[in-house]
Amino acid sequence: MSIVPAAPAAGRPNPFPVSWTTRAAWLGLAIYSVYAASLLDVTWERFVFGLGNGARFIGRMLPPAFTHMDLLWKGLAESLEIAIIATVFGIVLSLPVGLAASRNLMPIWVSWPARAFIALCRSFHPVIVAILFVKAVGFGAIAGILALIVASVGFIAKLFAEAIEEISLKQVEAVRATGASFMNVIFMAVVPQVLARFTGFATYQLDSNLRNSTMVGIVGGGGIGSTLFTAFQKFDYDFVLTILLAIIAIIFVGEILAGWVRKTFQ
Amino acid sequence: MTAIGAMTGAAANGSGQAGMTGTRSLSIRGLTKEYVRGKPVLRGISLDIAGQGITAIIGPSGTGKSTLIRCINRLVEPTAGEIWFQGMDLARLRGRSLREARRRIGMVFQEYNLVERLSVMENLLCGRLGYISPVRAWLRRFDPADIERAFELLDIVGLGAFATQRADALSGGQRQRVGIARAVMQRPDLLLADEPTSSLDPKTSVEIMELMAGLTAQHDIPVILNIHNVELAKRFAARIVGMAGGHVVFDGLPADLRDDHLKQIYGGEGWLE
Amino acid sequence: MIADQRRWERFTPRERLLRFTFYLVAVAAFVVSVQTVEVIPEFLYDAPEQVVDLFARMWPMDLKYYPKAVHAALIETLHIATLGTILSLGLALPVGILAARNVVPVTAINQFAKLVLVSSRSVNSLVWALLFVAVFGPGALAGTLAIAFRSIGFVGKLFGEALEEANRGPVEALTAAGAPWPSVFLKAYWPQVQPAFWSIALFRWDINIRESAVLGLVGAGGIGVALDTALTLLYWDQVAVVLATIFAVVILAEIIVTTIRSRII
Repeated sequence: MSIVPAAPAAGRPNPFPVSWTTRAAWLGLAIYSVYAASLLDVTWERFVFGLGNGARFIGRMLPPAFTHMDLLWKGLAESLEIAIIATVFGIVLSLPVGLAASRNLMPIWVSWPARAFIALCRSFHPVIVAILFVKAVGFGAIAGILALIVASVGFIAKLFAEAIEEISLKQVEAVRATGASFMNVIFMAVVPQVLARFTGFATYQLDSNLRNSTMVGIVGGGGIGSTLFTAFQKFDYDFVLTILLAIIAIIFVGEILAGWVRKTFQ
Repeated sequence: MTAIGAMTGAAANGSGQAGMTGTRSLSIRGLTKEYVRGKPVLRGISLDIAGQGITAIIGPSGTGKSTLIRCINRLVEPTAGEIWFQGMDLARLRGRSLREARRRIGMVFQEYNLVERLSVMENLLCGRLGYISPVRAWLRRFDPADIERAFELLDIVGLGAFATQRADALSGGQRQRVGIARAVMQRPDLLLADEPTSSLDPKTSVEIMELMAGLTAQHDIPVILNIHNVELAKRFAARIVGMAGGHVVFDGLPADLRDDHLKQIYGGEGWLE
Repeated sequence: MIADQRRWERFTPRERLLRFTFYLVAVAAFVVSVQTVEVIPEFLYDAPEQVVDLFARMWPMDLKYYPKAVHAALIETLHIATLGTILSLGLALPVGILAARNVVPVTAINQFAKLVLVSSRSVNSLVWALLFVAVFGPGALAGTLAIAFRSIGFVGKLFGEALEEANRGPVEALTAAGAPWPSVFLKAYWPQVQPAFWSIALFRWDINIRESAVLGLVGAGGIGVALDTALTLLYWDQVAVVLATIFAVVILAEIIVTTIRSRII
């Protein structure tokens, strides 16, 4: 059993034709990684230096501090409130926007601007949107809520429009044939068909809003993110760890609940 | 000649039990399998299978034919019992020794179980994965002798022109030919076949059975086959084992299989008319 | 009405009760949230004025800011997103494998891997960035690691799910041939999940372009730094330039991903 590369025997085709595109792609990826790493000053010394720093950092995080629990609960409660309110308003707003963006029910002069609006909502990170809202409505939960509503519309309205575009037009025609008005068509033929997928979107978005609500606080949007950022600025790393653990726990529980809800509603 | 070739092949493959490779018979003792506690699918099966020829297991669906076959190479874990092969109880093997035993037992599947996105050639060489390290498998550093043999086998099964094509480009019958060739690539001392023709049309089924019978006879590999087509079983098998309710209810030559045996195996009689 | 009747038959009383409970809980949660959340109404009164003021300050954009500070930062952002994604692929691969119950049939290991994945996803990229800035100091290194660690959860979860959906047949065949575990993975699982893996990678890269744009707000490099500078100095016309750049890049990334995906699949 020699480990020589298998030479094609006489008269046989090469058993493993080489794909040069694949090789070039891998090579390109490797070269890029090295190049980008050097560009970003990702050097080994810095990494090793960081590791020592990281050890100290982790040392300061441990053990987690349970001293400011009132702040923790207040922040978590506010994050939950932000997530719930943003999800509800996000869904309610997504209904008309998604409907307007569906190309099978709407003329192009309605669907195109609606789609552009959705794209605009999706393009900006919730944190950036939160910054703008903090400027508009000041620090606090309301800025966070508004930012997450925008994110929710960007996500749900898109899925909603896609769901409407997939529905069976037979039912729509059947209802339309009875001489129903446009709104009647929507409520009798379109809504029942997409409603089934609605809880799925809703639980997913709640989950996603909960994650994002821990973040908008960093730029002044309220919730546990504000608490976290303050703890960071005060170098209370042991409290930072407590907050992080609490966030992970809440999202873990939320995920289990969401899975359970989805199962119930299947 | 071919038998000697196969034997030296097995010895050269470095099996630890060199003294035992000569015997290819299998002995099953009191084999029991319960997927759910207290509901055995196999109820203490005992069978001795000679080291040559085709043994066909027939029986109604859900009677444990497939479980029996899969217990032999431990794709299914038996609950109790012994499976003696080449001086080892297969039911007790673990880790490395289980892998070494498995690579001497080839298997052909109902759904072919090819790796669809790999080439036909690579699917055949998958039969040799038990003999080479994962690193060599990754780099495709297969033994040139194995590659040459794979080409020969492809010619034998009539797919010589398909070596570099992807397996998902093949028809069902062609895929099963690859499946058989892959099993034979292992140079097995025993071949298991789990409903190898059930997904194929009648004509292709006969062709596949002919191919399998021919290849295994040529290399003197005993075959244990489970099959629901009684006619095919009678035509190709040297021995028929009828199972019902997790028991062996018939064991004999195809010529001795009568309608009342079939009635006992499958129950009822209307279907025999 | 027909739909109602069908629905009537679809659910058992227990399911209906569960659904009802869910709706009740949802409404209650919303009402309680609205009542308890702290909103200072005075801030809202001048919101329209503020918005008008905001847009007035943003327009016309200070286009000179682009070559001066935005362009280099943009390139850095792209590198952070791409390198972070590549790094996360390497890190997520083993964790995803460990999380797949069929590949590694040890419940304790699966649970541990899932915990790693959830932790990665629960902590936001911005928070990851805060952590890495604290460890490695400000700059693109912290940003790249933040993107990578945040992506492990996403990539690992989807990759693990793809593995769990893989067809069992080839795996059985290779196991039956006596192949060692790594070979079974390489030749039976990997060919099946490879397209899914690259598709997940592309998807995540698209998301990471968005995410890496804000990392600079906490000092982790990229275009966010330019945004942060403009924000602190209240140069809204420069903020507008940065936002427009981000918008253009995000749209471009989405187009690229859609094109590649339709080519591959």
